[in-house]
Amino acid sequence: MSGVVIGLEIHCQLDTRTKLFCPCSTDYRDDGPNTHVCPVCLGLPGTMPAVNRTAVEYALRVAKAFHCEVPVECEFSRKNYFYPDLPKGYQITQYDRPLALGGYIEIEGDGGLEKRVRLTRIHIEEDPGRLVHKGGGDRARYSLVDYNRSGVPLIEIVTDPDLSSPKEARRLIEHLRATLEYLDVYDPEKEGSLRVDANVSIAGHERVEIKNISSYRGVEKALTFEITRQRSLIRRGVAVERETRHFVEERGTTRASRTKVEEHDYRYFPEPDLPPLRVADRAAAIELPELPAARRERFRVQYGLSPNHARTLTGNPGLAEFFETVAGDDPVLAATWVADTLLGELNYRGRPVGSVGPARFSALLALLKSGRITDRSGVEVLRIVLDGDEHPDAVVERLGLAVTGDDTVSAAIAEVIAEFPQAVADYRAGRGNAINYLAGQVMKKTRGQADPRELGRRLADALAEDGPCT
Amino acid sequence: MVDEGEVRRIAGLADIQIPEDEMPAFTVQFNRILDYFEVLDTLGEAGAGERALHTVMRDDEPRPSLAREAVLANAPADEDGFIKAPRVM
Ligand SMILES: [Zn+2]
Repeated sequence: MSGVVIGLEIHCQLDTRTKLFCPCSTDYRDDGPNTHVCPVCLGLPGTMPAVNRTAVEYALRVAKAFHCEVPVECEFSRKNYFYPDLPKGYQITQYDRPLALGGYIEIEGDGGLEKRVRLTRIHIEEDPGRLVHKGGGDRARYSLVDYNRSGVPLIEIVTDPDLSSPKEARRLIEHLRATLEYLDVYDPEKEGSLRVDANVSIAGHERVEIKNISSYRGVEKALTFEITRQRSLIRRGVAVERETRHFVEERGTTRASRTKVEEHDYRYFPEPDLPPLRVADRAAAIELPELPAARRERFRVQYGLSPNHARTLTGNPGLAEFFETVAGDDPVLAATWVADTLLGELNYRGRPVGSVGPARFSALLALLKSGRITDRSGVEVLRIVLDGDEHPDAVVERLGLAVTGDDTVSAAIAEVIAEFPQAVADYRAGRGNAINYLAGQVMKKTRGQADPRELGRRLADALAEDGPCT
Repeated sequence: MVDEGEVRRIAGLADIQIPEDEMPAFTVQFNRILDYFEVLDTLGEAGAGERALHTVMRDDEPRPSLAREAVLANAPADEDGFIKAPRVM
């Protein structure tokens, strides 16, 4: 997409046990509203914030993973605005002295080459509360506020406007999400744990900010819609207005926001309750784990995987570890079955890879590798194993799925040729497709245990042998 | 110097309604406060600019939060455990 310029601001919740400035637990998923709040995160007068060391450590891990520069000191600031999700009337964030500056994220660009997306900065801030509107956002007459989320630590990662398409934006977010998981600072299962604001413009025209994108699929959708909207304005000779729009997830569209608050209206000033924070020494002491790009490369070299399989299997640390556990002496077979079959089956069931026993999956791979079952039976066995509590060996035994000896298949071929004279005649009359029908019948008789590649050849041989020549 | 237009804008941002007839008085007071800060500015940066202290961080150990009844007791209105607020969007 030529001429498209995109920059992102990505907010991620850090997976700490407590909030950023108070010891309220962040594990409120199963609890009712306003059950994880205290005077600090409610902003009651006279309270003082106390910084969570783990949140800072986590943020520094991210800064280091993305090659940022970490200044000796950083500082918190107050961002002033009035909104019911913000109990204090301001948000504690970082402004002119953020935790980290510069750095970059490497993604696969649209041209297929590695592309460096530069980062402007990374800073720490507190999450506001959550607003609920009963009966749908448009009709509710009042807002309901839950402060459980108020004060949960966030990092905001700001990129330079280096992205050129919605696809690149999605890839950046996916890569970011994977890296955060590898760094063990982020829980993707938490609702709303990753939220994105996107700046998008067509070169030479005004820029629009889209707020409120709460999933990484949403990013691609929102940007695609917005680019189409801007292009159609330009085509009609209408100027794109510089504005803030909201993403409407259900409709996949963006709509203009009613309020216009300018950056200087936030009246940022240094947080008087928190003196500067020394971070450089801590950053220097951090040792990073193996990150997605390095693991991807290792999978290609060590296991001989295709670039695609290596990319898929390093998509999150749990999956990568699962693959390494089951790789065994045939990693390429394991990669194929994990990436091409297992993931699809799990996706269909909405289950994580962590719910699959590696020992059972290895047993399935052993059955496939030894040729005891066909690929087709392999899928059937996998489904039964996933849905029940049975060992693959037991499934094969119970359903008699072991590959049948030659005799049985030969017998089935002979029977089918005798039972379906019309299809046989069609085939012999030159309608090659008829052989697929006959092969299907043999499969049916042998309950799918005949090797399909082998079967085609043997069926053709049999039809050539004993038929009346035409 | 701040004029009435600016006072009106800031009042809007703060969600405060100032009656038009009180606007001149507010503008005078606003400017008086800003004048006071100008006096403070003449004291220079000594002490204020050099923030010798550093933030000491705490461990990531959860402690009990408030009981919900106590939280909601401070709210002007509530519903199903939520605090009820005027609709903003
Ligand atoms: Zn709290």
